[in-house]
Amino acid sequence: MLKIENLHVRVEGKDILKGINLEINAGEVHAIMGPNGSGKSTLSYILAGREGYEITQGSISFHGKDLLEMSVEERAWAGVFLAFQYPVEVPGVSNIYMLKAALNGIRKHKGEPELDAMDFIASVKSKMKDLDMDEKFLYRAVNEGFSGGEKKRNEILQMSVLEPTLCVLDETDSGLDIDALKIVSDGINRLRDPARAFVLVTHYQRLLDYIKPDFVHVLANGKIVKSGGAELALELEDQGYSWLEDKKAS
Amino acid sequence: MSASNENIKDMIGQQYKDGFVTDVESDSFAAGLNEDVIRALSAIKKEPEFLLEWRLEAYRHWLTMEHPEWAFVEFPKIDFQEISYYSAPKSMADGPQSLDEVDPKLIDTYNKLGIPLEEQMRLAGVAVDAVFDSVSVATTFKEKLYEAGVIFCSFSEAVKEHPELIKQYLGTVVSQYDNFYAALNAAVFSDGSFVYIPKGVRCPMELSTYFRINAANTGQFERTLIVAEEGSHVSYLEGCTAPMRDENQLHAAVVELVILKDAEIKYSTVQNWYPGDENGLGGIYNFVTKRAECRGDNAKVSWTQVETGSAITWKYPSVILRGDHSVGEFYSVALTNNYQQADTGTKMIHLGKNTSSTIISKGISAGHGQNTYRGLVKIGRKAENARNFTQCDSLLMGDQCGAHTFPYIETKQPSATIEHEASTSKISEDQLFYCMQRGISAEDAVSMIVNGFCKEVFKELPMEFAVEAQALLGISLEGSVG
Ligand SMILES: Nc1ncnc2c1ncn2[C@@H]1O[C@H](COP(=O)(O)OP(=O)(O)O)[C@@H](O)[C@H]1O
Ligand SMILES: [Mg+2]
Repeated sequence: MLKIENLHVRVEGKDILKGINLEINAGEVHAIMGPNGSGKSTLSYILAGREGYEITQGSISFHGKDLLEMSVEERAWAGVFLAFQYPVEVPGVSNIYMLKAALNGIRKHKGEPELDAMDFIASVKSKMKDLDMDEKFLYRAVNEGFSGGEKKRNEILQMSVLEPTLCVLDETDSGLDIDALKIVSDGINRLRDPARAFVLVTHYQRLLDYIKPDFVHVLANGKIVKSGGAELALELEDQGYSWLEDKKAS
Repeated sequence: MSASNENIKDMIGQQYKDGFVTDVESDSFAAGLNEDVIRALSAIKKEPEFLLEWRLEAYRHWLTMEHPEWAFVEFPKIDFQEISYYSAPKSMADGPQSLDEVDPKLIDTYNKLGIPLEEQMRLAGVAVDAVFDSVSVATTFKEKLYEAGVIFCSFSEAVKEHPELIKQYLGTVVSQYDNFYAALNAAVFSDGSFVYIPKGVRCPMELSTYFRINAANTGQFERTLIVAEEGSHVSYLEGCTAPMRDENQLHAAVVELVILKDAEIKYSTVQNWYPGDENGLGGIYNFVTKRAECRGDNAKVSWTQVETGSAITWKYPSVILRGDHSVGEFYSVALTNNYQQADTGTKMIHLGKNTSSTIISKGISAGHGQNTYRGLVKIGRKAENARNFTQCDSLLMGDQCGAHTFPYIETKQPSATIEHEASTSKISEDQLFYCMQRGISAEDAVSMIVNGFCKEVFKELPMEFAVEAQALLGISLEGSVG
């Protein structure tokens, strides 16, 4: 589904990613771990197509197409979804309105008709129930005045409504208490599907107690310094990141 | 400039859609202004003596006045002798008695603008007075309204049919000496709308006036007077467009609202005069005096305006809160793009006890646009427990434009409560990226964000106008679910 080859990224004259190679197949869950500042968010933003990054080398293909040639919306229409580390507030625009605009934008590009308004609301409401979100959030402005945990849940709600094929979650676990973490993880697990892949970006291993990854990659200083199975996350939990960074430096 | 800024520019810089010219033969006065012009105008309108005198008083006073320079707008000096003060389609000279007798070209003009004048074509809930240059072409649903006791007709007709009402109310809110452009308007106003809602009547339909400037080199000086008697209620809408021309044209209107005890007027404007081209050439100078007076207790008035057009907008729809417990509201969206300039706001003059006012102003500046909010909240000595809430928000797109805020507060009453909030923001790249990542196209994302910014104002507009206003900003309706 996704193939990243020798990806080098520069931001404001500074090399952030220095040769990333990663292949992700449908149905897989990949965790990307690493210390703060290692480039995890940068990689997530690159996948989503955010401006301001200079790709100096490498390529990314998605379902056989050149992802880097696609605009932000085109990627979304093709099934890329980024759950933001810091979800953005959009004052005056209600959650339900944005969800509807987003879903209809995607459907339009698949040549599908707009959803019936009643069916749409009913389906959104049932998804909110699963995420233990009050229906009143539908009519509140997008993320405005939401707590950190509410924002993260809202990201998962959007993801479950839009049904993307590649879900990139950037530190979705940060800022969640243990109950919320469980609710959000259950929400993500419900979306696991043979046709869908997940990239879980996280600093901590605790998310992986709830969502069992197929692969764990450690990102340090702009490179994947180690890859392994779910057990690698536990090793990191025990030993921290420094042994990997040291190894790399030596 | 980044791609998303380009998107914003494209979005806002949409083509002006109503810029066509109607090819009709017109009777126009030669350019120039003197007492004979005013006498000739008054004679064409077969006005009573008192009105001619009133015009001449205004004119003589105007001659002594200096052009005001305090607004935050810049334009070359206007030569008032170069303007023609009257222009009307020839076909209107014999005063057509019904729509069948009106020149089809005129009816077609309004059809093109989306304002069909045939009653069966209209949305059932709205009556329209269509003003073309200096005359009213037609007023729909007059009879039906008359059955309810409501008078809705052109100003000229009101002068003929209801001179006693005109005499009683004309100039009582905005006097013929009030300010430079109001005095000029009083001297040369040609037409406009008149509304009278009798005691206890809730007007059965929305009333609206559609102003169209067509002729070149003419000024449009209309005058609107609305009187809401005790316990009555009316919602009134106003729309405006003009052809695209390289010369600037002057539009100097006066609107007076009289609201008696327990009565309410909701006055909404969607102003889309030709704004000039992307280099600032041409466009309408929109210099307007609008004022409402709450004369009785519990009277209520709200001004809602969406100002997207005009090269220069200079207006302050105001409220004199004389009656105790009276309420004034001002909701405004003003958008300036390219080289447009707007200096707009309101005055809330609290005289009665327990009066309250709300001001919500949303300024959007793009291109080289300059957008100024100027507002006065004045609390008189006797206005115990008066309250005002003001919120002024500015949204900037790009770095060539400007937003300015001048809130003035004068209070002589210690029990008054005055709150003021202000913010300036930009459409952030983060917001755009977030929306686009969700599959919303750049244009839709910009319009969604701008729409969200204006939401508190749009929700005050009658449904039909809200749709038009959002379309004007290139915005698809934030639907019934929102
Ligand atoms: N827009 C930017 N301008 C300058 N430096 C940036 C920018 N974005 C990220 N960086 C730098 O890139 C590095 C990686 O950041 P980030 O991808 O956010 O790391 P992580 O998500 O792993 O904590 C950091 O050193 C950060 O300061
Ligand atoms: Mg990060």
